[in-house]
Amino acid sequence: MVTKTPRATPQAQPTASPQDAAGRTETPLEAELRRLAGSVPDPELPVLTLAELGVLRSVRCLTPSSVEVELTPTYTGCPAVEAMATDIERVLHDHGMADVTVRRVLTPAWTTDDITDEGRRRLREFGIAPPRAVRTDQGPVPVTLSPTRTTAPARTATEPDTAAATLLGAPEPGDAPLRCPHCGSTDTELLSRFSSTACKALRRCLDCREPFDHFKEL
Amino acid sequence: MTAHATSPTSGTPATPATPAAPPSVAATALALGDDALVLSHRLGEWAGHAPVLEEEVALANIALDLLGQARVLLSLVGDEDELAYLREERAFRNVQLVEQPNGDFAHTIARQLYFSTYQHLLYERLAASDGPLTGLAAKAVKEVAYHRDHAEQWTVRLGDGTPESHDRMQRACDALWRHTGEMFQPINGTADTDSTDGTSGIDVDWPEMEASWTASVTAVLDRATLKVPEGPRTGAWSAGAGRQGLHTEPFGRMLAEMQHLHRSHPGATW
Repeated sequence: MVTKTPRATPQAQPTASPQDAAGRTETPLEAELRRLAGSVPDPELPVLTLAELGVLRSVRCLTPSSVEVELTPTYTGCPAVEAMATDIERVLHDHGMADVTVRRVLTPAWTTDDITDEGRRRLREFGIAPPRAVRTDQGPVPVTLSPTRTTAPARTATEPDTAAATLLGAPEPGDAPLRCPHCGSTDTELLSRFSSTACKALRRCLDCREPFDHFKEL
Repeated sequence: MTAHATSPTSGTPATPATPAAPPSVAATALALGDDALVLSHRLGEWAGHAPVLEEEVALANIALDLLGQARVLLSLVGDEDELAYLREERAFRNVQLVEQPNGDFAHTIARQLYFSTYQHLLYERLAASDGPLTGLAAKAVKEVAYHRDHAEQWTVRLGDGTPESHDRMQRACDALWRHTGEMFQPINGTADTDSTDGTSGIDVDWPEMEASWTASVTAVLDRATLKVPEGPRTGAWSAGAGRQGLHTEPFGRMLAEMQHLHRSHPGATW
């Protein structure tokens, strides 16, 4: 688990700060601030940091004591964004930045592919099936209709569990099977396309019978 | 400028305090923002009433996505709170489909099917274009894909379910059919447009999109063993009336509920 205010780090001197302007290479101070902002835990999934979630886009010092942070929401309506912004402001204030601006940016759109490998590992550890890699083209396209029952894998006798575990009708994320985060089984069923938050679906493992959240591919 | 200066209250979009968008795009952002806002509110009405817990959560999540989209779109036009809470009925530019009451669950699903298919097709096109709405559309199209999937799955499940669910789903599809034509009226392409090129600030081939919509909805209804409704696709009184600020009777009551708190306690915060 991440500690809320990572204050240990000594101040990377604001000496080299406002020289960038055009060149846009990150200064040591900016790198330090980005690390700090990135270590803020996600308010809804506190096992993840914002850096692991991939929502922190940039950190730019305007003067030695003012900084602009770009944050992108997971979903357009994600209510956690405001809490994230407040947390970032607090952490950077604590680090001596008098003026912290957090800007919300939509482009390029966040995708679950932005979640880091470490983030995926933590999700699994927390009991949430991490998202699979999203296809590289236009992202989720529904349209394929599936059986009316919400049991997931339409198994044919020939295929083992790889292709079988794709979600019903939902975006088809290429190859990897969806695994129960508890026992690793690929034999799971969809209970609801929307779960405790917009970014998750509710599934159940047909082997260990445990229900679990699945971070939907986006 | 969108239309006749109707509302006496502040915040009417007649003179958009446009942060970045030219007037024609502001009109489009207003129309699409109102669609999302109004449908979000309707879906929110299911909270505490949905048939099963999973659906309660699903509908609320869809509503939340729509509300997020509405906030971005309305912010392109002016102050989002003023636009949502202080406009009169005639200043809203949403299509009439989204303001229709929830009815039974089948009605809500039919409304979702018709609208999320439309919204998905439209956002796909906006995401592929290059304009002020591209960023939002590229983001929202991924969310709406799940809404559309949800609606399609339920349509099939209810239509191809029991005789009772089939009949109710068919009735719902029939009842809302007449509101589906107006979605494909070019936004701002009406007489009150002030953009000299007659465009809406977005580049959409509406007839082509309507054909895609019809093909998609027909395929879903076929799969659901439902009949594609017959009859006119627009109301007898006017086509595209919602986009011109004319709304159906239930909308006023919905707005009264939505705006009541803000109007009773101006400036109140948590």
